[in-house]
Amino acid sequence: MQLTWKDLKVGNIVTEPGNASFRRTGDWRTQRPILDKEACVRCALCWIHCPDAAIKLSEEGYFESDLYYCKGCGICASVCPAGAIAMIEEEEK
Amino acid sequence: MSYRVALEGSHAVAEAVRMADVDVISAYPITPQTHIPERLAEMVANGDLNAAYIPVESEHSALSACLGAAAVGARTFTATAGQGLELMHEVVYVASSMRYPVVMAVCNRALSAPLSVWGDHSDAMAVRDTGWIQVFCQNNQEAFDLTLWAFRVAEHPQVLFPVMVHLDGFTLSHVTEPVVLPEQSQVNRFLPRFQYHFALDPEHPITHGAFAPPDIYSEAKLAQEIAFRNSKQVILQSWQEFAGIFGRFYHPVEQYRTENAEVMLLTMGSFTETAKLVIDKRRERGERVGLVSLRLWRPFPFEEFRQAVSQARLIIVFDRAISFGVGGPVLSEVKSALYDAPARPTVVGIVGGLGGRDVSEEDFDYVIDRGKQIAQTGSDRILETVGIRE
Repeated sequence: MQLTWKDLKVGNIVTEPGNASFRRTGDWRTQRPILDKEACVRCALCWIHCPDAAIKLSEEGYFESDLYYCKGCGICASVCPAGAIAMIEEEEK
Repeated sequence: MSYRVALEGSHAVAEAVRMADVDVISAYPITPQTHIPERLAEMVANGDLNAAYIPVESEHSALSACLGAAAVGARTFTATAGQGLELMHEVVYVASSMRYPVVMAVCNRALSAPLSVWGDHSDAMAVRDTGWIQVFCQNNQEAFDLTLWAFRVAEHPQVLFPVMVHLDGFTLSHVTEPVVLPEQSQVNRFLPRFQYHFALDPEHPITHGAFAPPDIYSEAKLAQEIAFRNSKQVILQSWQEFAGIFGRFYHPVEQYRTENAEVMLLTMGSFTETAKLVIDKRRERGERVGLVSLRLWRPFPFEEFRQAVSQARLIIVFDRAISFGVGGPVLSEVKSALYDAPARPTVVGIVGGLGGRDVSEEDFDYVIDRGKQIAQTGSDRILETVGIRE
């Protein structure tokens, strides 16, 4: 984004609704959720609790993090009744 | 036909707000501003003004309510004074940065402590840099005129900045003077309906008040400063339009008997009228003194000010506030405005009229005499004052 002052609307109003979805909040992350599909019971509690709506239902019926948005807060791992989600440091591959 | 009535300054402001046909009023009562919201509440209750009157629990909420109303395109008004303006402070910045054309009357009052409900300009100086267009009134006619005018300039599509109309607490807010009121048809010609292009509308969603990370905040502030400086063109133009309809002329810097004046006294607000009496007496004695009064305080009228004082050898600035550690805030401003002038006059400052202390004709005589003396000999005091026991 290289807008100059002339590109801004009066009062910095954003005229394009819903454009927060363009913002890659995933790069704020220091920890990443890893799903153990063997353990997952597909209860959707992680999907319900995710504060950023960054968990999506996959075609196979699993709930997986969308790393473009996931900030790595770890709430999904905390609420998972099956212990199927682990948080690992971003630098660990 | 316009007609002449006796009104206290607060009621002159309320009358201007009624004739401007505002949509939303939100205010919290505080001395010496109380008569403004009180009269407006009465007008709304009696059906003389078709507006929403939103009672709130604080000044912070009063201005916040006005911002919300302005966001959907309503014409909004609030009023406060002294501590109330301080409590509002956070939202004062938000209003100008989000470019909401709220109009606010401030019945200037000293700041605590010690607690004082009486007048000076400390409250105005504390919001000096908040990005509101600010004007000072000398009398109740101006309180009416400039309040009405404030809506016109604030809502102009090339401006969209809030406007603060300063009138001295008690000396204007509570004093009754003759005021000429216009016909509603004249007001309607001067003040078109507020058409806000970016009003919030669920049918066409947009975002007001988004946050700005470091990669865009600076650009937002530059845009604000450029738009704010440019608002002066509309300010000048709208005063011409005002004169065309109502027959009274306003200028950013008022000059009083400044022709050939070597010494110029500088004042703001209602004490200007006392100072004029002193100028008259000295002129009768053949003294080459004049007076300049800053009506437009923000954006600062640099060109007009330099022009107004271009013949002066000495300017004596009378301040009604203290910028602690610096001195008179208007004095600093004037010195800064003249630094780049081709021929700089000597500039000295004297502080007085704090917390409701009256400044008499004799006091202004002292200000001029002492000002001339300091210009010759310099000052050995931390702060030059008038009417303060030492």
